Amino acid sequence: MMRDFDLVVIGAGPAGISGAITAANEGLSVLLLDEQPRAGGQIYRNVERTNQSRSEILGSDYTKGLGLVQSLNRADIEHIHGANVWQIENQNTVYYSVNGTASVCRAKCILLATGAIERPMPVPGWTLPGVMTAGAAQILLKQSGIVCENAVIAGSGPLLYLVAAQMVRAGTPPLALLETQTKTDFLASMRYVTGALRGASYLVKGLSLLAEIRKARVPRYVGVTDIAIDGHDKVEGISFNDGRKKHTIPCGTALLHHGVVPNTQAARSVGVKHQWNDQQHCFVPEVDLWGHTASDGIYVAGDGAGIGGANVAALTGELAALDIARTLGALSESERDKKAAPITQKRNRELAARPFIDRAYPPYANALAPEDSTIICRCEEVTAGDIRQYAKLGCIGPNQTKAFGRSGMGPCQGRYCGLAVTEILAAENQISPDQTGYYRIRPPIKPVTLGELVGLELTEEKESAE
Amino acid sequence: MESDYVIVGGGVVGLSVAWGLLSRGKSVTVIDGDDGSFRASRGNFGLVWVQSKGLNQPRYAQWSQQSAAIWNSFADDIHGNTGHRVALEQKGGYSFHFSEQDLYETVEQYNRLKSQLGGNYPFEILGHNELKKEEPEIGPSVAGAILHHQDGHVNPLKLLKALAQGVRNQGGHIVNGRKVQSVTHDTSFRLRCDDGSVIEGSKVVLCAGLGAAELGPQLGFKAPVRPQRGQVIITEKLPKFMNRPSLIARQVDEGGIQIGATNEEVGYQDNVTGGGIAEIAEQAVKTYPILSRAQIVRTWGALRVLSPDGLPIYQKSKTMPGAFLVTCHSGITLSAAHAKILPDWLEGASDAPDLEVFNEDRF
Amino acid sequence: MKIASDFRALEPSDTTQVAVRFNDAPLKLTKGENLAAQLLAAGVLQFRKTAVSGKPRSPYCMMGACFECLVFVNGTARQACMTEVTEGMEIVMHTVGNGDDA
Repeated sequence: MMRDFDLVVIGAGPAGISGAITAANEGLSVLLLDEQPRAGGQIYRNVERTNQSRSEILGSDYTKGLGLVQSLNRADIEHIHGANVWQIENQNTVYYSVNGTASVCRAKCILLATGAIERPMPVPGWTLPGVMTAGAAQILLKQSGIVCENAVIAGSGPLLYLVAAQMVRAGTPPLALLETQTKTDFLASMRYVTGALRGASYLVKGLSLLAEIRKARVPRYVGVTDIAIDGHDKVEGISFNDGRKKHTIPCGTALLHHGVVPNTQAARSVGVKHQWNDQQHCFVPEVDLWGHTASDGIYVAGDGAGIGGANVAALTGELAALDIARTLGALSESERDKKAAPITQKRNRELAARPFIDRAYPPYANALAPEDSTIICRCEEVTAGDIRQYAKLGCIGPNQTKAFGRSGMGPCQGRYCGLAVTEILAAENQISPDQTGYYRIRPPIKPVTLGELVGLELTEEKESAE
Repeated sequence: MESDYVIVGGGVVGLSVAWGLLSRGKSVTVIDGDDGSFRASRGNFGLVWVQSKGLNQPRYAQWSQQSAAIWNSFADDIHGNTGHRVALEQKGGYSFHFSEQDLYETVEQYNRLKSQLGGNYPFEILGHNELKKEEPEIGPSVAGAILHHQDGHVNPLKLLKALAQGVRNQGGHIVNGRKVQSVTHDTSFRLRCDDGSVIEGSKVVLCAGLGAAELGPQLGFKAPVRPQRGQVIITEKLPKFMNRPSLIARQVDEGGIQIGATNEEVGYQDNVTGGGIAEIAEQAVKTYPILSRAQIVRTWGALRVLSPDGLPIYQKSKTMPGAFLVTCHSGITLSAAHAKILPDWLEGASDAPDLEVFNEDRF
Repeated sequence: MKIASDFRALEPSDTTQVAVRFNDAPLKLTKGENLAAQLLAAGVLQFRKTAVSGKPRSPYCMMGACFECLVFVNGTARQACMTEVTEGMEIVMHTVGNGDDA
């Protein structure tokens, strides 16, 4: 028999956990599916298994997640980890695989809490072994207690300082910190600080991280352009221009980061409409204040609904769950609103900091409009120049360039080229990113073997015969 | 600016016709849709296929054979003009059968057609063991196969791109992102698009796939085409193990295995369903058990463009002379014929192909 | 076999080391740990070779999104960053036979 739930939550980061707990508190039956071996999402990854020394390196913004993750250990929430959700159908059927075995379940409502990915940063040489995202380096530390020596960090955003400071604390400071944002960006952001208390606290946090980095004498370059990774079969160095001259720093690892963007794959696969957000320079799903999409029963919460950070994510998860409880009759509208009021207030306070962060750390311009020879689609090795050429052949949108040149056809299914392709096409055709559109995302949103699919059919047949 | 021909539809059918007209010195404007248009050219299975076609209408079998026979020279034209190879391979294709009964019933049908075609229908029957020599990965439940030597396949996306490039190279004018809303005709045709632009031409060829159903009546056509959904799977790239294509699976030149296809009458829904994908996955694994471990990377649903009897429609407008309807399910197979032969019919040449059986009067 | 690596474990492993093979060479990795991280620390920097140009790749996102850490695990393509180490794993660099030395 196919199992039924009131709510299936996809993703066990702060939004998913909070959503699951809030829904269970309202008496809903909840299944939480997460692809990682332990709950926490990327922000609180592996927090349950971390030790004293790792905690000290990672800091309190990480360890504070322990309580949230532990609150998940209750009998009325079924949490399946290692679950790859590969298809969501008819807004109520969820297909997933665990250890190579496929299952399917049904839900009255689905909460997509699939978080963010780091904004791809296509620069020359970014496909070389030894190039990874700054977030990936942090995951190595959180998940496995592994640090990178001999690394240079490049890009922009608060995470850059955090990772650099964590590396300092771990005794493996980066060889250099290359920041692509300019002093002008920073000054322009200051007008968002006044009046936004949270903005000020982010600023203070950032300054204290910077102080740690300075103390460790990590060389810093600001307003950097022309970043390129050098090397033949692996990273051998990173070159850049700091506005005065070209530099090259020999290194073994290059850690790139210029912000995070919603992971829209699951939402797009069920047809949720997305809109271009100019401030955050990415697509965000169209949702109401509760995270409800135009598709009945499909909700999006957390960074996947627009970047707000871990605190906002947890709050939006709660709000979505309250509305789901109302939809399913567990709460009246006024009960929902009463419970939601303080949460909404907190969320708005948290969100007040976003304009400051978005303005202070804009994406790296050269990576939004890469030079022709830079690879955009890592899987199929399609360059920015190829995309521009397809635009000249009449491609208006990314689905046409996909057909013409395979960008977005590889195993990552466009996660790391989609935004770049949209932006390049929009620039070439002189139309907006919204008019240009995005890849049409089809299942499977995670690869699944044919055998798993066939096995699924057989299981169902067997069960229905009994 | 008025062109000799305006072609409505920038898919493989429209671009092939445009290619052919341009190579005869005609001026051509192609009107193409946008990124979200239904595009069979982007979703098809890439077969250049003869067997099983026209079992009830030998002329269709013949027309497919004619196209298959000149496909190689068309591929050379494409390469010469654009530098692109379209991965054409014509060394035969299979229809697989899971019971001997089923195999022999199909052989009988093929034999009937073969005699109607005067013997030009080169196929052979392979029992399981013979098939295993040709396709070592074939599964034990495949009873046998018919190997038809006129079958083959091509990379349909490389073809689409090469045609778009080649039409431009030959001076063709392609306008993108437009939908024709209305057509008027006095001395020439005036096609008004949804962005307000007007495209003029002496003649019009409607190659708009499913869009023909809507626009056709304005040009005096019945255009009774309907969508039929086909769901398709593509796997991760694998080392080459499949020698020849079939309707069940083919290995594309980049290495992935394309698995086809459902036949579903669900209107304009082009989504993918768990059941549909599982059905074709099961058939593919039964045929090639090695596929069980292969990762599915993409699936999609695309809409076939079908006439009531599944055959192409080639129709000259009775009410608007100079307007033509060209629509078919097998735009890839017929691409060569559309580029190299069909212009003779459009131009009314003395040696034009006889396409009478494909006119709309049959509906 | 231990190759020099820029990726270093902060603490000595408190769990069991188990024998696996990577491209037929024996390796000792920590059981239950993240396979991609363990391979990096063991000095592996080529996880796959691309189908298009045959160029080597290594983990990029470490969170299951980029598919750069694809390896064959016991014959099936898997994301190393989404896989935990088990004893006796047969791990092979992911190629599709179009690469230079595949």
